[in-house]
Amino acid sequence: MTPAIETKHLTKTFRSGFFMKEKCALSDLSLTVEHGTVFGFLGPNGAGKTTTLKLLTGLIQATSGEAFIFGKSIQDVSARSKLGFLPERPYFYEYLTGLEFLHFCGELFGMGLEARRKKIETLLDLVQLKGSEQIPLGRYSKGMLQRVGLAQALINDPDLVILDEPMSGLDPIGRKEVRDIILRLKEEGKTVFFSTHVLSDAEMICDQAGIIINGRLRSVGLLGTLLDPKIRSIEVTVKGISQEKIQAIKPIADSIRAGDQSYHITLTEEEQLPKLIAWTQKESGEILSIIPRKETLEDIFLDEINEAKS
Amino acid sequence: MKAIRAIAVNTFKEAVRNKILYSLIFFAFSMMLISLVLDQATVGQRNKIIKDMGLGSINLFGVIIAIVVGINLVYKEIEKRTIYPLLAKPVKRSHFLIGKYFGILLTLAVETLLMSVFLFLLILVYEGTFDPFLLIALFTIFIEVSVISALAIFFSSFSTPFLSGMFTFALYVIGHLTEYLKKFGADSGNALLEWVTTFLYYLLPNLERFNMKEAAVYHLPVESGRILLSVTYGLFYIATVMLLSILCFDRRDFK
Repeated sequence: MTPAIETKHLTKTFRSGFFMKEKCALSDLSLTVEHGTVFGFLGPNGAGKTTTLKLLTGLIQATSGEAFIFGKSIQDVSARSKLGFLPERPYFYEYLTGLEFLHFCGELFGMGLEARRKKIETLLDLVQLKGSEQIPLGRYSKGMLQRVGLAQALINDPDLVILDEPMSGLDPIGRKEVRDIILRLKEEGKTVFFSTHVLSDAEMICDQAGIIINGRLRSVGLLGTLLDPKIRSIEVTVKGISQEKIQAIKPIADSIRAGDQSYHITLTEEEQLPKLIAWTQKESGEILSIIPRKETLEDIFLDEINEAKS
Repeated sequence: MKAIRAIAVNTFKEAVRNKILYSLIFFAFSMMLISLVLDQATVGQRNKIIKDMGLGSINLFGVIIAIVVGINLVYKEIEKRTIYPLLAKPVKRSHFLIGKYFGILLTLAVETLLMSVFLFLLILVYEGTFDPFLLIALFTIFIEVSVISALAIFFSSFSTPFLSGMFTFALYVIGHLTEYLKKFGADSGNALLEWVTTFLYYLLPNLERFNMKEAAVYHLPVESGRILLSVTYGLFYIATVMLLSILCFDRRDFK
């Protein structure tokens, strides 16, 4: 089956300033997103996420390389007929009501009045904007704008939905709502490609992820394989040990922090844990908690950034 | 085609829901009313001043609206990023621009019609007559504002509203003086200067072609050939300017 998105050596450089200095925003991106997956495009701010999405949606032109949506080159306007796009921090015509705006978007796809009416009805339900559709968009809250943005991205029943930072600026309830909508799209068999710099968002919903830093794709794969299942560190909290005695475990601990009548000890090696437990019992101390810390996306992020710097 | 229509209707809605438009039309109405007072103070050809000032107001405010709406048309969409979800749909950039242009034409047509009706009513009440001669002048005024809005769109497809406004207004002023420009070159006796002024004469819009106000007010004979030529010239100029706008706009990156 043709992949939903395929890019080959996609590169974009911008010229700016008086001397037209070149700045590479995206370099040599080759990526394949299979149909039916939820793909998280991760990276810190300014890494090239939005540049990639704008290239895919035809808002900017690639300096070199090519990209395809369901096998059709992005140069071809019709490649966008199966595409839905929600830009970052969306802003829509203030003077239109939500309903007028969605009708307008439907018309751009050449949808007839009856088809639009039906689709808008279901979309308003999906994004929970029923009852607010007659209000001008200028009076919508941030969360409502994001939701009407999602609705306009889905008006043509797209097979591929591209979302730029869909959860940024939303409160926890808003984030959950957007997450639920993405999961529902996945259930319907659609491909969702979204960018985010908030790793927990991605961890919760995506099947596959790519990490982009400084315009280069660093790693890509199933989220499970990107993460190392090995335990990275263990945090042990002990109580009832005096300050002098705690010095004895310094050689095996990575760090020791004093808390309220207790100590937080971080171990980097798993084998040291039984030793620490035995020692605490010998010194008649008390173990309050043992928390193993597995690798998170946050760690990969930081590792990648450190690597890029060095 | 549906996309062009949708964008045109949306542009019209935006203009109609903007309060500036109403204040401009209100000003035009006031100017026409003032002409009634001036008419009382005029010696000689009475009633002419009402028609003269009426056509003048319709022309002036048409131009102002064409510039004010035209320069913001494309810029605002980019500045407020409302263009992003639009162009991510299967909408050609050329269709977007053409839709915007038809939207402003629709706005100008309605606005010209509204002011014309007001002028005819005013004359009817004051003078008790209907003067069909004015229709020719009103028609060519509409062609002129159509050319000006195409120019406004052209400048705003690559420049800021302030600069676009300045450029468009400058072209409006120069556009009424191109005959003098050509004459100046011809009289100078300098071959190079003559070449330059002739070049500019053909490059710049000759807006005097659309000025039939005097003929309409004083019922001077106007050949139908002259009107046809003016309309053809206007359409040709608009098509060229729009084509250039599309070329500029097509290559643009929306960062």
